[in-house]
Amino acid sequence: MKQSIRVTVNGEEHTSEVEPRTLLVTYLREQLDLTGTHIGCDTGQCGACTVMLDGQPVKSCMVLAVQADGAQVGTVEGLAANGKYHPIQDAFWEKHGLQCGFCTPGMMIAAVGLLERNPDPSDAEIREQLEGNLCRCTGYQNIVAAVRSAAEAMRAGNAQPVATSGASGAGAAGGVAGGVAGGEEA
Amino acid sequence: MRAFEHRAVRSAEEAVAALQADTAGETSVIAGGAELLSLMKANLIAPAHIIDLKPARELRGVSVAPDGSVRIGALTTLADIERDATLAARLPILPAAVRDAATPQLRNMATVGGNLMQRNRCWYFRGPYDCWLKGGDQCFARDGENKYSAIFDESPCVAVHPSDLAPALLALEASVLVVGPQGERAVALGDLLRPPTAERRRETTLGGAEVIVAVSIPAQPAGAHGVYLKLMDRQAWAYALVSAAAQMTLRDGQLVERARLALGGVANAPRRLPAVEAALEGQTLTPALAAQAAEQAVAGATPLAHNGYKVQLARELTRRAILQAAGMEW
Repeated sequence: MKQSIRVTVNGEEHTSEVEPRTLLVTYLREQLDLTGTHIGCDTGQCGACTVMLDGQPVKSCMVLAVQADGAQVGTVEGLAANGKYHPIQDAFWEKHGLQCGFCTPGMMIAAVGLLERNPDPSDAEIREQLEGNLCRCTGYQNIVAAVRSAAEAMRAGNAQPVATSGASGAGAAGGVAGGVAGGEEA
Repeated sequence: MRAFEHRAVRSAEEAVAALQADTAGETSVIAGGAELLSLMKANLIAPAHIIDLKPARELRGVSVAPDGSVRIGALTTLADIERDATLAARLPILPAAVRDAATPQLRNMATVGGNLMQRNRCWYFRGPYDCWLKGGDQCFARDGENKYSAIFDESPCVAVHPSDLAPALLALEASVLVVGPQGERAVALGDLLRPPTAERRRETTLGGAEVIVAVSIPAQPAGAHGVYLKLMDRQAWAYALVSAAAQMTLRDGQLVERARLALGGVANAPRRLPAVEAALEGQTLTPALAAQAAEQAVAGATPLAHNGYKVQLARELTRRAILQAAGMEW
């Protein structure tokens, strides 16, 4: 029997009817049409489905949608704000942190989760925090460089890092993204 | 996954009532979901009812009692443990133990209760095989692919317990607080996680209508220090091949006042090493004594065809853990 849930996704509140066995990732993709969050392994291993749940990166293929009732969810679609990419998005672009791009949404959300707690991570810390995200193309070097670059830009931009931990940050990221582009080209 | 009915509860007692009410035994409790969903996706269980304990918020968090014991609520996540200031100061062995467990995303979800209740990772158990633990006639790992299996023969099943937290808790002599139809009881972790037997083909002695509410760690002696060492197939994100937990108290720098040791990855349950502890206590710790103790730690091991390497790993990790916990060069 379907259950009613209320979830705030990228700052927007949704009330939905879901089957209890619906996974959070399936709910996001199929009921909310937010297909930026990918399904890779469906077993909690690859990290492609990483989203923010109440401010923490989690693997949304291992969460029931009914368990997100009342929660704040942030997906890759919530990173950009006011027509500007989030610094992490700019950095993945600039540093060529992707090839096929399948892992990228999860990779960026996991990176954002790290940068919110640790604005100046070492390469080792970046690698450690991204250990739950698998990339089959890049060999990770450029991903690490992108996260490092985003960290620099976000520190320079001196802004609220991310919109994904809740509705309130949505306005801040745009300003950050502007700061990033300048920093990168200088 | 089979369709099921989901009900959120606000307390362990409510969960117990729901478990009791289901006489068919088709109810499972979910917390972080990392373990339960993996079992359901693999069709190892197909509950008709899921009781969601996650809203029982008072079961999450770390607190210190007046007697110095530390209580960790069952819904405390592994990430909470990793970042908790109280644990970092008082029981650093616990943050150390979870640091290499799973991945950051899973540590954000996975709870202490679920971590202790996780089933083993043997591929014959997780895969579509009618293995002994699932009610079949034989353990296929015994004569099959047993690289990751137990080196101590304590059950017809040779799967090892996968938890990183459990060996560390065992070295801290933790007990587990459980609520059931008869109320709350405390059970030593070593009595909760037990090798499966013919009558009980599971890794725990938790009752069918019981729910874990907390882990309780007794006050440690002044100056006690612990380490958790884990060897993996690769440097990131893997279950332990072997792990060693040591909580040591030394007097005057080198005299071992108290030693508490446990190994993971070697047996059906985390393996406490009482004989090794006794041999260390009252002695002056030297590299030679640690090496001798490490030898004793693997006495009686009966490795299978493909896991003899674990004997060497267990011996070496024990030696290092003893010395490191004592603050000595290894």
